[in-house]
Amino acid sequence: MNTTWQRKDLLGIQDLSVDEINLLLDSATAFKEVGERAVKKVPSLRGKTLVNLFIEPSTRTRTSFELAAKRLSADVINITATASSLVKGETLKDTALNLQALNADIIVIRHSAAGAPYFLSKLLKASVVNAGDGAHEHPTQALLDAFTIREKKGRIAGLNVTILGDILYSRVARSNIWLLTKLGARVTLSGPATLVPRMFEEFGCRVTYDVEEAIRDADVINLLRIQHERQRKTMFPSTGEYAALFGLSKERFARLKPDALIMHPGPINRGVEIDSDIADCGRSVILEQVTNGLAVRMAVLFLCSGGQTGEP
Amino acid sequence: MSATVIMDSTTIDRALTRMAHEIVERNPQEDSLALVGIRTHGAQLAQRLGSKLSAILGRDLPTGELDISMHRDDLALRSTPPRVGPSRIAFDVNDKTIVLVDDVLFTGRTIRAALDEIADFGRPRRIQLAILVDRGHRELPIRPDFIGKNVPTALGERIGVRLAEVDGKDEVVVEK
Repeated sequence: MNTTWQRKDLLGIQDLSVDEINLLLDSATAFKEVGERAVKKVPSLRGKTLVNLFIEPSTRTRTSFELAAKRLSADVINITATASSLVKGETLKDTALNLQALNADIIVIRHSAAGAPYFLSKLLKASVVNAGDGAHEHPTQALLDAFTIREKKGRIAGLNVTILGDILYSRVARSNIWLLTKLGARVTLSGPATLVPRMFEEFGCRVTYDVEEAIRDADVINLLRIQHERQRKTMFPSTGEYAALFGLSKERFARLKPDALIMHPGPINRGVEIDSDIADCGRSVILEQVTNGLAVRMAVLFLCSGGQTGEP
Repeated sequence: MSATVIMDSTTIDRALTRMAHEIVERNPQEDSLALVGIRTHGAQLAQRLGSKLSAILGRDLPTGELDISMHRDDLALRSTPPRVGPSRIAFDVNDKTIVLVDDVLFTGRTIRAALDEIADFGRPRRIQLAILVDRGHRELPIRPDFIGKNVPTALGERIGVRLAEVDGKDEVVVEK
């Protein structure tokens, strides 16, 4: 495979080729090794400035990008919505142009509006990395999920991956669906009918409301959190009912394939979408996902910083 | 473009045999010798030197490989980012005498990056440099300790090293 990375930005999974995805995942393998050294830092982005522009709250993704940038020797500035001039009425465009005027090289943006990273990428010379835009995409989460699956299972093609929970409001689900179907996995979606609309079948995956059937043959189960903050009104009666009908209980866990992987992008709600003991068991790779997220984000920042052709 | 073969499998093997003896001679009571090759060809050469050294010393030496892409100083100057691979140094480098191995020594920038990278794994006692072909034109104050062949070149010429493990056959050519 001789694909080279030509992009200045990572805006989503949807427009990436299979070769580009594999190049990102292969590069992440190299960066994971850096985290195991005595000195966990390489000089690749020395002298570069990365701005974490998080207009929507996030701890783990922001921290992961910050540490990834620091391990590549970049300087990092964090800007959150409440601490920025956005609350004083400055537009996103003006905030971004001001960051560019400070010679920021990479802007990592999280925004509640789908398309905000795309908007910035057209406006700025700096690289733009999407850290989540509304319910649209969260590409680095999908990449780290795929990296974890590939590391544990040795492949992605041909695997049955079930995504369970809030699909409708989930950018993680969309990015995962695009990535996994591109790489040849069979994706099944399940959860409350209000949160898993049939229209998702157009993405090339299967929708079922029979949870038992959805998880029975799964090689990987990716549990998604119920995103109360993104729902306009409650889409199901209670978290207790959700846990009973769709949560990964000990009883359901016992009926899984013996080597099924349990994944969750975090933060987990113990006792709701996943039983507390199962979250901590040997087949749960939730914390490895966090470790791998760092490696994947290092790879993304490295590749987007290399060989810029001067396109705006 | 014309290519002149300057080393074949016999001369490459003789050079490596001599270098293995020089390494032992230079490090007489050395029980802390280790080899680190720079991928791709340096890593293969380190393997070959390693088997010659274990034949001489009667024991195996720890051998590792480096991918120096992350330590290069020209990421933003290249037209595309390099393909990075993991480095594999599975032994403790602290207080070791490390023989760093590469195929061609040119500007010295690769070696500079490799020295930086080794320091990320710990603090070796000393680092020595073994090179199959020294073609001159150094841009940094770096000098090899063990040389397979000195090849004076013009700047525009290319040295091509092919090794059986990766390229199907052993040879060193000068292309102009």
